[in-house]
Amino acid sequence: MSTTSKYEPVIGLEVHVQLLTRTKAFCSCSTEFGAPPNSNVCPVCLGLPGALPVLNRQVVEFAVLAAQALNCTVNETSIFARKNYFYPDLPKGYQISQYDKPLAEFGHIEIDTADGGKKRIGITRLHVEEDAGKSMHEGVNASDDRTSVDLNRSGVPLIEIVSEPDISTPDEAYEYLTRLKEIILYTGVSDCNMEEGSLRCDANVSIRPRGQKELGTKAEVKNVNSFRFIKQALEYEIKRHEEVIESGGKIVQETRLYNPSEGRTYPMRTKERAHDYRYFPEPDLLPLVVDQKWRDEIHARLPELPEARRARMMADYGLTEGDAHTLTLTKAMADAFESAAHKATNPKRLANIIQTELIGRLKAAGLELEDSPISMEGALLSADLTEAGTISSKMLKDLYDKCFERREDFPAVYEKEKPQQISDAGELEKIIDEVIAANPKQVEQYRAGKKTVIAFFVGGVMKATKGKANPALVNELLPKKLEG
Amino acid sequence: MNIERMTIETAREQVARKQTTATALAESFYKRIEAEDSRIGAYLALSRERAFAKASEIDRLVADGAPLPALAGVPVGIKDVLMTKDIVTTAGSKILKNFKAPYDCTAVARLERAGAVILGKLNCDEFAMGSSNENSGYHPVHNPHDLTRVPGGSSGGSAASVAAGMAVATLGSDTGGSIRQPAAFCGVVGLMPTYGRVSRYGLIAFASSLDHIGPFTHTVKDAAIMLGVIAGRDPLDSTSADVPVPDYVAEVGRPVKGMKIGVPDEYFAEGLDSEVRAAVEKSIDDLRAAGCEIVRITLPSTKYAIPTYYIVATAEASSNLARFDGVRYAYRAEGAATLSEMYRRSRDEGFGAEVKRRILLGTYALSAGYYDAYYLKAQRVRTLLAREFETAFAQVDAILTPTTPTPAFKLGEKTNNPLEMYLNDIFTVTADLVGIPGISVPCGKTRAGLPIGVQLLGKHFDEGTLFRVASAVEHAAS
Repeated sequence: MSTTSKYEPVIGLEVHVQLLTRTKAFCSCSTEFGAPPNSNVCPVCLGLPGALPVLNRQVVEFAVLAAQALNCTVNETSIFARKNYFYPDLPKGYQISQYDKPLAEFGHIEIDTADGGKKRIGITRLHVEEDAGKSMHEGVNASDDRTSVDLNRSGVPLIEIVSEPDISTPDEAYEYLTRLKEIILYTGVSDCNMEEGSLRCDANVSIRPRGQKELGTKAEVKNVNSFRFIKQALEYEIKRHEEVIESGGKIVQETRLYNPSEGRTYPMRTKERAHDYRYFPEPDLLPLVVDQKWRDEIHARLPELPEARRARMMADYGLTEGDAHTLTLTKAMADAFESAAHKATNPKRLANIIQTELIGRLKAAGLELEDSPISMEGALLSADLTEAGTISSKMLKDLYDKCFERREDFPAVYEKEKPQQISDAGELEKIIDEVIAANPKQVEQYRAGKKTVIAFFVGGVMKATKGKANPALVNELLPKKLEG
Repeated sequence: MNIERMTIETAREQVARKQTTATALAESFYKRIEAEDSRIGAYLALSRERAFAKASEIDRLVADGAPLPALAGVPVGIKDVLMTKDIVTTAGSKILKNFKAPYDCTAVARLERAGAVILGKLNCDEFAMGSSNENSGYHPVHNPHDLTRVPGGSSGGSAASVAAGMAVATLGSDTGGSIRQPAAFCGVVGLMPTYGRVSRYGLIAFASSLDHIGPFTHTVKDAAIMLGVIAGRDPLDSTSADVPVPDYVAEVGRPVKGMKIGVPDEYFAEGLDSEVRAAVEKSIDDLRAAGCEIVRITLPSTKYAIPTYYIVATAEASSNLARFDGVRYAYRAEGAATLSEMYRRSRDEGFGAEVKRRILLGTYALSAGYYDAYYLKAQRVRTLLAREFETAFAQVDAILTPTTPTPAFKLGEKTNNPLEMYLNDIFTVTADLVGIPGISVPCGKTRAGLPIGVQLLGKHFDEGTLFRVASAVEHAAS
């Protein structure tokens, strides 16, 4: 997208994140993904008459943890509200959400901008809500005119994170989502798996002439299922807005869907748009009170977040910013690196090997860190051996290749593959003869009775064989040769 | 065996002393239901299988000489808005015709655990919306004292069945007066406990912040026994309170000397039937004679109670009743071409007129642009009413009023005038809005023989005081 356009895009993002609780938000049904349809259900999440919601404490703790990680102010009292609308996968005819008193507000995330600087993106609010079920329009029954509803997901806890309209380009939107996901993953409250729907994103976008204060009319792009598609959808929308305005038209405030195969957005059908959700406080739940003590308890569980961790790792291990970035991409990676780094002769060497040798091979093999044939202990050994000059970088590469071929850890492969000992008596005798011939003075000393000189000859043989000589054999052969 | 006015105590004692068996007792009640209910129409469904299973369990306990629970063998009826496992539960609505509940309401489960024998499900106004039981989706209930008159509502079946001796005690629900008003019309005791005192789990919601489950009984003592069984914290209802359950029965018959009883001017104004006024004033005199100090008080915001109630209750109802959409359960219209048509026709054909009226009212009150003017303002009035009661209860131990402005009216008399029907709840709705407990006790009859009820209102979680004062009223009136 051209940066010289006379228009400036204004983008805000709404992200839904599924919390990794064992049970649902308001009942004790399992949240397990992929269970047979309608097997994880009960009167509460089926919306049976007379059933009542009871808030899951873990949901509150996870949501508060996420809010704290996103620099939000957690409200002492927040209120659940009913969002009323009819849809077959919404069993109660309303979704329990939060409206005018959300769990948390006024947060922010720092992102890197295209010019190498930093930018702070505000987070308007973070609130707790329940997911709806899933409508399946095809492939379930023999007849295609039926829709089936699976309510396993009904009542699964979500947090909705709404950004301020501080985002100015599709790249910044991509960066914001990447950072947000990274932070949420660090807190461990969600797996942010977009394929399974545990992270979903809607984008609001408008454009205005550069320098103008008032916002233009926005369009909302819904149900985009990858960060890349969000970026593409935003690029498409910005271009569309520019074209509409340039040709004298007006942007209609509407919800649009992105079709990734065509690379364009379409307006949703009118009927699906016009909603008056008739929010009102959920009378079946008490106001949610998270007092200072509880907030502090949760805060104590907040792990070191990526930004801070990068800075500390640079200082502690002498890493570059690039190293720190790569090694903190996931919390698992950073934890693994650090578990080995403090034992390494040179942590920077370990960092280099992980980045140049390990990560590339993992990617090529399509493996996650936890499935890596080479453990962090193994990487540590390889780094120390390289640092000591025992193995060359060429040997290191060969050994790593073998580890991946055989799916074996580094120490085991090294043990088998390390340079073989010379145990052939004839070959050794030849070398011993050469060493003896080169050092007549020491031979004389030996023969005069100074038996300790033998160590000098052992060292000489070892040096000549680059340490490959079988020491026992050398010790056996040497005295015979010296005594002539 | 005379079962017409059989109390819980008598029923339990007769079973315990082997003068009868729980099974025989249940049989006599079923016989009476067969004989009487065709005229009254209190029951919508009988649960013989479940009743006799429980009865024989109690009989085995008796035979084994095992300790007997508080309601051992006591035949009870359940308002049809309470979920009863494997028994048809319709909330008096066609939309839930033949709907078998897959689980038990907490209050019902607690009754049964205490040994009660559940005879069946009781008729009511559809989704508890009404003051005459004429809004039942099935058939009206007739007042046992005069079959041409209504039993009151919405718990008409629960009141009439006790009055007609077709159950020893019953459960009903009260959202704007639906326990106390029919209790007054049918000449029985009806208790609405404090909001949060009894779990709402399994009560088909009408208006969640106003719904209460409570008992109908012949006597104040029986009401105290029933509350003792059903009250207490339930982890399945977030709004149920973690407040200890005291010995309510111990309060029954305790002297009332020196207690201060408030009598609010606003409840004795124009429109109060003269015979009702006379009977209630007689109760005031009785209490004064028993040593109570009668204190004139004023509750000036009372006049806002009805409009406030009809905003809050309908708003919540419009949301609570959204789940009856024909998708998973409940009535689904046949042959709808689109989803929207399926929703519209299922709900149009399944719900009755009054339910639809309230859904419309409530939807309107919550709509964008009207929320602040209606719902939010109504909630502020609730706070105001609560403060007035707080002030009053700083001076008095309980408040005494008529339960209803008139005795039972004729069937059909008010069906064409919803507003006049709504005004029937004028003395009862305030307690629902404020969440305080209220009890209606019979205090006399009109010359024509229609029962009259007096209402006592108490502080939050102070049902004990209500039982104490109510038993004094009961004693003087009998």
